[in-house]
Amino acid sequence: MSNAAPTYQPPTKVGRIADFVDQRTGLSAVTREFGRKVFPDHWSFMFGEVALYSFVILLLSGTFLTFFFDPSMAETHYNGAFVPMRGMEMSVAYQSSLHISFEVRGGLFMRQLHHWAALLFVASMSVHMLRVFFTGAFRKPREINWVIGGVLLIMGMAEGFTGYSLPDDLLSGNGLRIIDGVIKSIPVIGTWISFFLFGGEFPGSAIIGRLYVLHILLIPALILGLVALHLIFVVVHKHTQYPGPGRNDRNVVGYPLGPVYAAKAGGFFFIVFGVLAAIAAMFTINPIWNYGPYDPSPVSAGTQPDWYIGWVDGALRLMPGVIGDVEGYRQHFEFLIFGQTLTLNVLLPALVPAGIVFTVLFTYPWIERWITKDNREHHVLDRPRNAPTRTAIGMAGFTFYCVMWAAAASDLIATHFHVALNDVTYWLRALFFLGPILAFTVTKRIALGLQRKDREIALHGRETGRIVRLPHGEFIEVHAPLSAYKRYRLVSFESPEVLPAQPNAKGVVDRKERRRAALSKWFFEDRVAPVSPAELEAAHAHGHHEAIESAPSGH
Amino acid sequence: MGNPSDGALQQGGTVATADQAGGRFEDPGIPPHRLRLADTDPKAAKRAERQVTALFVISVVGTVVFLVSYFAIELGKDSSIDTIRTQNILLGLSTAFAMLGIGTGIVHWAKALMPDHEVSEARHAVRSEDDRAAAVKIVDDIIEETGIKRRPLIRNTLIGALALAPLPALAVFGDLGPNANDKLRHTMWAPNAQTGKKVRLTRDPDGTPIKASDVTIGSAFHVIPEGLNDLKEGKLNAKAKAVVLLMRLNPDDLHITPGRESWSYNGIVAYSKICTHVGCPVALYEQQTHHLLCPCHQSTFDLTHECQVIFGPASRPLPQLPIEVDSDGYLVATSDFHEPVGPSYWEREYS
Amino acid sequence: MKALSQKRRHPLAVIALLVMGLLLTGVLYSVASTANQAKADTGFSATDVSEGQKLFVANCATCHGMNGQGSASGPSLVGVGAAAVDFQVGTGRMPMQMQGPQAYRKPPQFNADQTRQLAAFVATLGAGPSLPDEAMLDGKGDATHGGELFRVNCAMCHNAAAAGGALTRGKFAPSLAGVEAKHIYEAMETGPQNMPVFSDANISPEGKRDIVTFLKTIESQGSPGGADLGSLGPVSEGLFMWVAGLGVIIAFTIWLTSRTS
Repeated sequence: MSNAAPTYQPPTKVGRIADFVDQRTGLSAVTREFGRKVFPDHWSFMFGEVALYSFVILLLSGTFLTFFFDPSMAETHYNGAFVPMRGMEMSVAYQSSLHISFEVRGGLFMRQLHHWAALLFVASMSVHMLRVFFTGAFRKPREINWVIGGVLLIMGMAEGFTGYSLPDDLLSGNGLRIIDGVIKSIPVIGTWISFFLFGGEFPGSAIIGRLYVLHILLIPALILGLVALHLIFVVVHKHTQYPGPGRNDRNVVGYPLGPVYAAKAGGFFFIVFGVLAAIAAMFTINPIWNYGPYDPSPVSAGTQPDWYIGWVDGALRLMPGVIGDVEGYRQHFEFLIFGQTLTLNVLLPALVPAGIVFTVLFTYPWIERWITKDNREHHVLDRPRNAPTRTAIGMAGFTFYCVMWAAAASDLIATHFHVALNDVTYWLRALFFLGPILAFTVTKRIALGLQRKDREIALHGRETGRIVRLPHGEFIEVHAPLSAYKRYRLVSFESPEVLPAQPNAKGVVDRKERRRAALSKWFFEDRVAPVSPAELEAAHAHGHHEAIESAPSGH
Repeated sequence: MGNPSDGALQQGGTVATADQAGGRFEDPGIPPHRLRLADTDPKAAKRAERQVTALFVISVVGTVVFLVSYFAIELGKDSSIDTIRTQNILLGLSTAFAMLGIGTGIVHWAKALMPDHEVSEARHAVRSEDDRAAAVKIVDDIIEETGIKRRPLIRNTLIGALALAPLPALAVFGDLGPNANDKLRHTMWAPNAQTGKKVRLTRDPDGTPIKASDVTIGSAFHVIPEGLNDLKEGKLNAKAKAVVLLMRLNPDDLHITPGRESWSYNGIVAYSKICTHVGCPVALYEQQTHHLLCPCHQSTFDLTHECQVIFGPASRPLPQLPIEVDSDGYLVATSDFHEPVGPSYWEREYS
Repeated sequence: MKALSQKRRHPLAVIALLVMGLLLTGVLYSVASTANQAKADTGFSATDVSEGQKLFVANCATCHGMNGQGSASGPSLVGVGAAAVDFQVGTGRMPMQMQGPQAYRKPPQFNADQTRQLAAFVATLGAGPSLPDEAMLDGKGDATHGGELFRVNCAMCHNAAAAGGALTRGKFAPSLAGVEAKHIYEAMETGPQNMPVFSDANISPEGKRDIVTFLKTIESQGSPGGADLGSLGPVSEGLFMWVAGLGVIIAFTIWLTSRTS
């Protein structure tokens, strides 16, 4: 900056304020960069925003709650508005949660808003990740942002679980006890970690305070930082876009940030807030007054965690602890190793399925890149049907997750569909292994079928349902031709072929490369190629002139 | 028709390998812009304007209703559930209207009245080659200037110092006081070490002692040790290990293993209520099937077979509490549990 | 009097008379039935027992045996007491529709009188829990203590909000919503089917009264937070968010990104 006074004189008052700020911050560079930045518009691109807005609502409502919540586990007696609990012994944390619910004006609304927003936060993150996966938006250059998103999902789950435990009610207390049991099953250090976490024996008098610090300080700070990083990468990479006319890997087509996109995105925050407020007004969530204060002796039927922890709880339910009969053959899954106890009936289901899901999730971009040897940048998304194997892998993983998810509700499935609890478990145990395979096969076939349908439409046009009789007596259905724009949407995708094993620098095809080639075959063996102009030409020449009225030439 | 496009399944589901042999379609470019009603018809534009205004007014009304219902309804110790519910609904719905009014208003404004031309913006490479070269040069220079490559002694001692530095933290966090296993192994049921007085079984939550004659066939008592309610400190910790379920069966139904004959009394048996899976209270007793079910993960224990696992994820039977009757006819625990209660842990077999 | 005699011939007089007659019958009937109720508490008459035996032989003896001694298809009823009959028959569980893991609640097959007569007969088979004392069903006990007892003794099967839950192999603990105080009390007293018995030695009559009070309190006051989604806990909440919550949000996103015409 030179010392000479700037010569520019803003004409309006707003202009003068803007100029004042700009001279001291240089913000006009930001306005220049962002003011007209282009964002593609599609409903499936909004879930990230839903997650962000839910998080903002969580921060707002959570701040309100901290003003009244007291995380102490000291004993007190209740004397508040909820009659069936008066005179009862309980912790201060539980008492202050009841106080927020019943005696603070708007407190119950804030609690319900906070909890519903938490459910939506993790749900929208999950749907966002599914969208990113199925459209291939994780490909270069966005692999790192995919990983950040995965970490955010785990952080969201952790934030949710720590919050769920804070009211110190019976439901969450039993949830904590389950966590304690799982921790104790960890070999060598499990008992130590449990005693460290709870400050001694379960439940102790420290855990709520510690979870509170994690819940309102550490984890939200991490989430905030990661969200900032995530958004910076979105700006750096610019948003992806669906395939279509005028869209390619070198451009981004959509609406400028100012004014249309900013107005829509900004308005959408209020919409998400409004929807959550309406739900919080009319639907009870986490009725801690039903559960009662935590006490190690009682338990309620239907003890479940919030939905995002459900799949881990479901995995715990599915694992058999013993196989066989009381008086016959019996195989336990708890073993003694050098006089130490290894309790695989807890350890395996707690670690292995979650391990598989997150390992595949975090490494998938690299796995696919290795198989395809595709090192280009991708900014145009795949329609899920145009990447049949990836879509099938995604559905297999989703099914794997859903089986465990359903297992966490096995008792409610039993009571509501009038089937035996044990049968539900047996079926889900079978589906745990078979479900993903079934989902893979079915999804892949559906995707290939949809691709063929697309070919059909691209070649012959849209079926109109109009039957015409030709002069020589033949009946045909009239097909309406596609416009060049609509056709381009159907034919513009890439359809990679099997990439055979290739020799490395030394001219040798090593074992790793052969494995890659085998996977490539598995990936791309079944493929439906996009229609080429020559094929369209041939289709037109093939006696379909009468069906295709004045079709534009396909170049 | 012999055309690969006719949808017929071909070998292996593969259709066409011609690929780009037939060439690729040319991008026709962004479709021509289509005008909206509000772009051409001033009346429609005016109507949209009125709609947006109405939505904003709805929001204002919502805010006013919020304020009114906030100040008009007081909550306190004597509020009825109806009042609380009414206020929750009023506050929530008015917030919903206030927010949805603004949100839908802005979006409607953007959609109907703001320019809706799609724009194309060019992408740029994420990394510039100049930057990369310059950055590599800078990093190389920095490393060179520290001399870390030329002075391995400094480097190695630094690595050693960094590796040792976290040890104090381990020491701080590792100090847990008394042996954890010792705590997990002992409960309040052990007879008094000095007097040898045995602990009575009492009702949860009232703490009243139970006579053997109170326990009829088919009943289930939820039991805590005598004196638990009088504990000033660590009550929940003690209760978390000591809770017991007491049931009476027809003695003929019990399959008792040798050594446990004296642990029950006339078909009355007591078992730890803490699941050996991950520690939920196993409290669901079916008096006809004699099954105990854990509501958290559905582990099922067979009471007639000393609570062996017959279904679900638990692997070990529930620990049995040996009981007898004292001179006044009350049930007492002969000794503590013979093994740690609750979920398994690594050091469990040490005593 | 003259006015009355004139109005006697009024066409509406017949209707008025009819209404008066009906009202009188109703009042008399209700007085009589309260008297019956009071009698039920003290004991059953000999007619009750003999009428009950007839009903029993006709409707129950196939499974429970002519003298309630039980058979392969039904347990012995000796010593189950009047309370068990009142519960099982009064909630429609008996007579059973078909053999199965559990008898379902359904509209009662017998009216109040017949149920009482059956109870009277079964009570003569052996000493057992009698019908509960009216004073214990008034819902004026200590709801807090009742809540504590309920959570320790009942919530693990019936759910903390009494919404019911699953048991092993197709059995379940039913929801307690809409169940009469009398039947809740009798169930605790007699332990129907797989439910354990909570005799007076385990939970005192006052304790049972507290439990009934607690249940009736939470049932009548409803959920302060709005619709309770079945009081099933996080599963129904999660399902609601995924289906309704995300559904509405997706509808908005589609509207938001669609082109205006």
